[in-house]
Amino acid sequence: MVFFFQNLVNALQWGSFYALIALGYSMVYSILMLFNFAHGDIFMVGAYIGFGVTTALIALSASGAIILPNWLILVLTILFSMLLTAFVGVIVERVGYRPLRDAPRASAAITGLMIGIILQTSNLALLGAQRVRFPSLVTTTTYNVGGVFISNEKIMIIVVSLLLAMGLHQFVRRTKWGMAMRAMAFDSAAVPLMGVPLNTMAALTFAIGSALAAAAGILFGVAYPVLDPYMGIVVGWKAFVAAILGGRGSVMGATLAGFLLGFNEIFVVMIFPSTLRDLIAYSIILLILTFRPHGFFGEPYSARLRL
Amino acid sequence: MRSVRASFSQVPLLGWLLGALVAVALEHLVGTPVALALGLPRIPVLFGFLIVLAKPTLIPSAILYLLCIYAAPIAGTAWLGISVTNRLAAELFRLSRVISVVVHLILLYAVLHLWAEMSDYRVLVLRLTMIAIMLTLSLNVINGYMGEFSCSHPGFMALGAYVASVFTVVLFVDDRLFGPAWLPPSLGPFMFPIGLILGGLVASFAALAVAIPSFRTRGDYLAIISLAFMFIVKSLIENLELVRGPRGLSGQPEWATLPTVFLWTVACIWIINNFVRSTMGKALNALRDNETAAEAMTVDTRRTKMVAFLFAAFWAGVAGGLFAHVLGYVNPGTFGIQKLAEVLAMVYFGGLNSVYGAIVGAVSISLLGEVLRPLEILKWIAIPLLVILVMIFRPTGLIAFTDLNVTNLIKPKQHPGQEV
Repeated sequence: MVFFFQNLVNALQWGSFYALIALGYSMVYSILMLFNFAHGDIFMVGAYIGFGVTTALIALSASGAIILPNWLILVLTILFSMLLTAFVGVIVERVGYRPLRDAPRASAAITGLMIGIILQTSNLALLGAQRVRFPSLVTTTTYNVGGVFISNEKIMIIVVSLLLAMGLHQFVRRTKWGMAMRAMAFDSAAVPLMGVPLNTMAALTFAIGSALAAAAGILFGVAYPVLDPYMGIVVGWKAFVAAILGGRGSVMGATLAGFLLGFNEIFVVMIFPSTLRDLIAYSIILLILTFRPHGFFGEPYSARLRL
Repeated sequence: MRSVRASFSQVPLLGWLLGALVAVALEHLVGTPVALALGLPRIPVLFGFLIVLAKPTLIPSAILYLLCIYAAPIAGTAWLGISVTNRLAAELFRLSRVISVVVHLILLYAVLHLWAEMSDYRVLVLRLTMIAIMLTLSLNVINGYMGEFSCSHPGFMALGAYVASVFTVVLFVDDRLFGPAWLPPSLGPFMFPIGLILGGLVASFAALAVAIPSFRTRGDYLAIISLAFMFIVKSLIENLELVRGPRGLSGQPEWATLPTVFLWTVACIWIINNFVRSTMGKALNALRDNETAAEAMTVDTRRTKMVAFLFAAFWAGVAGGLFAHVLGYVNPGTFGIQKLAEVLAMVYFGGLNSVYGAIVGAVSISLLGEVLRPLEILKWIAIPLLVILVMIFRPTGLIAFTDLNVTNLIKPKQHPGQEV
């Protein structure tokens, strides 16, 4: 039982990365009806921007200009990086997706893939092939709760990602912009005719999605402090799968499916050898989609004639 | 200018091929002295791009070399031989189209063979390019003609590669992993097609995993199913100690020679071209444009989808088998997201719903990949940028929705008796 709860905590932590990234995929989908295949690499860019900001802030603090406590550095890093990565997201939308607004969706998907490769390669060209180490800001303390070991990092990661997901949910439910987004998701053809600015909305969703990905990137850096230019591939594609599993364009669905994927992977490793993780995880996804092809919260599709 | 263009437009394919043959023969005979005389270190392997990108001062000599060895002989032969080649093409055309096609193919092969013989690097690039053509063409059946977004091609390719490799290594090679050869190796090259077809059939069978869900869903969900399929295949092979898991399988005999790959590529282009021009191919287009209407018009949607997936997977499997035997080594890491991005880029760059487009896309992306090698890492910024530009200005690819009409290709461009 203790073993189970220990893994549950790990799964929550692992799932929160997926959930945060999946939210970005889902948001963009609901507005533009396409998946931003570069999103996994925006997550990578976010982690690297986070690395840069932290290093700068630590240097600033060490130089004695302003003395910043470590927790404040972390908070500032998350905020600044979310802002900067949001800009990256907006640029990607402007350069890569806006010219293809009326093109077939597959072309936009290819563009996304190519932008992802460009982001990876530019990172590689700028910073070189060696991996960078995310500076450790949190001194790890581990609490023993009835035999289950929970570190303060894990708590922070889970709490921050849940807060962000809930914040986004509230944003979509309560604000005017959120209402416009929901309307757009409901009918993307008619709503722009009602005076909702499509380009602004698209930029906004890319900004929000990228900011969330940046948060995921920094949290990932806190938990697994080694960054490399290809980190976005593995995590990003799985988050993409989570976004689909949750049902396209559903905030709740994406969050839940992200956590579900995390559970899936951690518990597979609990029972089977770890090399089988991807095999079993993807087989389960394949089974779910075979029997429930429209995900958990999505609309079913049917083209067969019903007479 | 216009009259030059008009007269060149009367050159039949036969003329161009003869010109190319003259050019490569010339390169064979005097290529090295000419290159040295122009100050180039050696014969430009890929039309001088490699040399020029490494040393920009050599641009004039490289251009001069291309003019002397390629452009001038090709243009000269084509232009001087207009009446002869047209008459010849007309004769062949009248005799039998099959013979005419075979003659053209023999000429094409001779050109490629002579060109490639100059260096091993050219042989490798040529074979990989032809394999890329097979892959792109088969993916175009699903993504272009049927309009789904399938991501499973690297998976099919991996299955074909491993099945064909295990077949040849077990049967014909003394190997540490599988023990001594079961059959004499001299028999190998004749049995090699069986191995490739077996690989294709296994890939085809596995394609059921993607084809059956496609009855119930389309678009994004099918993309995910196919993506999951690709990851499953990769992960499955990584966990199969029988084929040495992630360390990969090596020791494939070198049977995927230039003529073998050429013949398979020709067969692939021929069969797929006939497939997409058949009733079934038109049914695919109908399915893409409106599934409900297609069904109302008596298209058996399930059967069509099934056939398309299995057919495309078969060719991907064959291409995978050839790929493994060209490199002499495969590992599951090859068949991941990177391969997927590469094949998808080829399909969408070249053009959807088009055999020409698939060939153009595969050739241009693979040649670009080789030609831009001196740029090192920046190559992977240049190629994606190019693909993005094509997507922005021609969203369906360079040559989309074009039929490959062999009869138009081989027929004489000038009626006998008509002079220039």
